[in-house]
Amino acid sequence: MRVLLWLLVCLTMALPATAQTTPDRSATGGAQTLADIMARQNSVAVDDTFRRENVGDSASLPGVPQLGTQGGVSDPEFWRALRYGSADVRVSAGGEVATVLVQDGGMRWLAYRAGPLRQYGGWLLLGTLALLVVFYLLRGKIPIDGEKTGRTVTRFRAFERFGHWLLGGSFILLGITGLITLFGRVAIAPYLGKEANATFLELGKWVHNNVAWAFIVGLVIIFVMWVVHNLPDRTDLVWIAQAGGIVGSKHPPAKKFNAGQKVIFWSVVLFGASISITGVSLLFPYELPMFAKTFAVVNDIGLSSLLGLGELSETLAPQEEMQLAQLWHAILAFVLMAIVIAHIYIGSVGMEGAYDAMGSGEVDEAWAKQHHSIWLEEIQQEQDTSQGNPTKQSPAD
Amino acid sequence: MKAMLTGFAAVAVIALGANLLLNQAGFASHEKLSGASVRLDVVK
Repeated sequence: MRVLLWLLVCLTMALPATAQTTPDRSATGGAQTLADIMARQNSVAVDDTFRRENVGDSASLPGVPQLGTQGGVSDPEFWRALRYGSADVRVSAGGEVATVLVQDGGMRWLAYRAGPLRQYGGWLLLGTLALLVVFYLLRGKIPIDGEKTGRTVTRFRAFERFGHWLLGGSFILLGITGLITLFGRVAIAPYLGKEANATFLELGKWVHNNVAWAFIVGLVIIFVMWVVHNLPDRTDLVWIAQAGGIVGSKHPPAKKFNAGQKVIFWSVVLFGASISITGVSLLFPYELPMFAKTFAVVNDIGLSSLLGLGELSETLAPQEEMQLAQLWHAILAFVLMAIVIAHIYIGSVGMEGAYDAMGSGEVDEAWAKQHHSIWLEEIQQEQDTSQGNPTKQSPAD
Repeated sequence: MKAMLTGFAAVAVIALGANLLLNQAGFASHEKLSGASVRLDVVK
C-alpha cells in the first residue's frame, strides 16, 4: 500500500497535467472516496486503476512466510484481486471458466438485457408493425395493373420454394421462442404464472436449440441458389431512385430480384450468418469464444476509435464472451425480425399476386411484367429459344 | 404449397435429428461441468 501511495505521489509530481485530473484520495489512504462513490452512482466513468492494481504485494514484504495463508495480502486486497480478475486462482476441474469467481461484467449484461435490449428491441418490432399498418391504410394492397393475363410463368422452382420455407419456417419458430426467452419474465410470468412461463421456456429452449440447425441449412441453401441473382447492378439504381414504384406511378424494371429484395437477401445472409455463428457459440458454451479476437481486429483497424468506442477490451472472461455473444445474437435478431416482418407484409397482404411466387411458384405474366420486367423478358426469350422460335418479339418494358 | 409443407416438415426432421445427435455429443452441462464424484438427478 505504501509503495503504491509513494508511486502515486511520484507520478503526481512528475506529471502535473495528469495531477489535475487525478482525485486526491489522501484522506482515505488511497481508497475510494465519497466523490468516487457518488460519481459511480451517477453513472460517471471512474478510473478504477487505483483499486484494480491495489491487490497487495507479498513479494516485496519481508517475513511474509511467517504470516497467514494469504501471505502479506490483506482481505480487501485479496477480494479486489478476485473482483478484477487478477487473482491467481487454480482449480482442479472446470477449466478456465471455473477460475472466474467474481464476474462484474455479468451485471452489465444483466442490466442491458433486462433494460435497453427489451425496450429498444420491443419498440423496434412494434414500431415496424405500426408503420406497416399505417402504410397499408395509406396505400392499401398494391394491385396488379390492368387485367391478369391468365398465363403464368414459373417464378420459383420447387427446390427454391423448399429452401425459402425451410429458412422462413425455422426463422419464425426461432423468433417466437427467442422472444419468449427474452420477454417471458415480464410478459408471461406476471399474467399466466411462473409455472406456465417455465413450461414455455423449457419448450422454447428445446425448439430454439434444435430448430437453429434447420435455419442454418436453409441459409446455406438460399445463399447458394440466389447469390448470383442478388449481386448489385445498374438496374438497382433506377429501382432505388423510384423507391420501387412508391415515388411516381411507374414500376421500375427489375431482374429476378429488385433492389429491395436484394437488401432483404443480404440482410438475411449477413445478419443470419452472424446470428448463426453466435448461436452456435452459445450452444457450445465457452468452446468458441470470438469477441476478444474480434475486438482486437476492430481495435487494430481503428474502427473502434472511429465509432467513438475507444479501445475495446481484448481480454474477456469466458463468461463475458458468452454474454456478448448473447447480446449480439439478440440485437441482430431484432433487426432481422423487423426486416422479415416487412418482407412478410409485402409478400402477403401488401401486394396482389406476390404470395403466388412462393406458394405455387407460378405468377401471372401481368404481375411479372409489372414487378420484374427484365426477368420476364429473359424467361420468355429462353422459352422461345427452347421452342425453336427465337425471332418472337419479347414484351416491352 | 407442397414445397412449403415439405420445408416445414424438414424443419421438424432436422430439429429432431439435431436433438438426437447433440444429446450424444457430450456437450450437455452435466457432462461438461460435472464429474463422476458429483451426484446429479439427470434424466437420461
